[in-house]
Amino acid sequence: MKPPKFMYCDPDTVEDAVALKARYGHDSVVLAGGQSLMPLLNMRLANPDVVIDINRVTDLQRITRDGEVLQIGAGVRQSVLETEPLVADLVPLLGQVAPYIGHVENRHRGTVGGSLAHADSAAELPCAAVTLDATMVVQGPAGTRTIAAGDFFQGLMTSALDPDELVIAVRLPVTTRTAGTAFVEVARREGDFALAAAAAVVELAADGRFASLSVGVAGIAATPVRATAVEQALTGQPATAATIAAAAKEIAGQVTSADDMHATSAYRKHLAVTVVKRALGAAVATAQERSDGS
Amino acid sequence: MTTSEHSTDLDTRYGSDTRTVTLRVNGRGVTREVATRTTLADFLRDDLDLVSVHLGCEHGVCGCCTVLLDGGSVRSCLMLAVQAGGQEVETVESLSPDQDRLHPIQQAFAEEQGLQCGFCTPAMALRAREILADGKEWTDEEVRQEISGILCRCTGYQNIINAVQNAGRKLRGGPGAARDETKGS
Ligand code: FES
Ligand code: FES
Repeated sequence: MKPPKFMYCDPDTVEDAVALKARYGHDSVVLAGGQSLMPLLNMRLANPDVVIDINRVTDLQRITRDGEVLQIGAGVRQSVLETEPLVADLVPLLGQVAPYIGHVENRHRGTVGGSLAHADSAAELPCAAVTLDATMVVQGPAGTRTIAAGDFFQGLMTSALDPDELVIAVRLPVTTRTAGTAFVEVARREGDFALAAAAAVVELAADGRFASLSVGVAGIAATPVRATAVEQALTGQPATAATIAAAAKEIAGQVTSADDMHATSAYRKHLAVTVVKRALGAAVATAQERSDGS
Repeated sequence: MTTSEHSTDLDTRYGSDTRTVTLRVNGRGVTREVATRTTLADFLRDDLDLVSVHLGCEHGVCGCCTVLLDGGSVRSCLMLAVQAGGQEVETVESLSPDQDRLHPIQQAFAEEQGLQCGFCTPAMALRAREILADGKEWTDEEVRQEISGILCRCTGYQNIINAVQNAGRKLRGGPGAARDETKGS
């Protein structure tokens, strides 16, 4: 099918994009990479009066380092996360997560801000944002404000973004040199959304115990979740396969997805434990490599 | 300026149903008037007669509408034609302007029987061109992953993988490349 009729606007500044969003609110949609919106338009599941295309806003396409923070503009294409040295160097988890976002044909168009604003709980970037304690920078008519990733994702495809606001960037704390990071996903087919996926960032103490760790899980609830019970169980514990396997079981309690056409809830619980265990194991291995190499 | 004056100004500055779009398609400059809701796929097929751009699903699932946009593969059903303004689009027609002298990638698909009905083939050939650009040798598993965004209903993929690898050998200049020259002349 073909997109319905709409008024097409392609502002070249954030201010004009926000002014248009403020004017048309719920009657308008923001077109970023189009990998989720264009299917909805083509199938006429979305029928907006106004489409605000932000692809010409070059201010949104920058990646900059600001002290201990990497700031990625909302309009940066997902494929750039796989190739940009600044990303690999400062926040390596993003480069590990990016290849799992759809297919390469999607990543060449899809944007970082688009995926975050879409707030799909099975998507990779929201999971990474929660794991990395990212902060969303959003702009509305009243100016900009920041929202912690943990507060940004509020429910099924629902974020804390107001109808007249745009995500303009995401700010990510620079990962320490000695940390280990990993991402593990299980999907039915290459490029599908995750049945369950886990991202992990771990810091090991000199005695091989977990000094700190952060684990985010996608696909098991209405939002991406932090595996807080797993994190608490492991902090200060030896980073061994046995302690990880025992603690990973804690994630099952956070699985709230009901049975659906892709997986039963019981199977998702099983997968959640598995991906958490594997992600932690892989992150510990990279942390050990990095500290051996230093 | 009041908010409403500013907003009206925004509408006249940006809002429209049709646009003039200028882009390069298969090496040639093109300027056309398009409805802003026209997808890039429909523009290529209906306005430029490039019917190698195959529409299987029109919602980003099958990958048969894949084209190269500034050298990178994209699904042309998930883009508006106006968004390609100022950019370079390549369809499979760009591989060889001469029907009697196939591009090594096309030759390889023919030799390996990398197609049956041909519906996915333009997309597969373009994706092959993109991944083979760096000259490296690709394993079965890597090719399988790289073409995973394009669905083939016919071949079971193995012959496509063989074709991509065969094309890689030809492009790197092995024995296959010599054979390609003879056939083409
Ligand atoms: S027609 Fe574009 S992906 Fe199927
Ligand atoms: S050859 Fe028929 S779809 Fe691939």
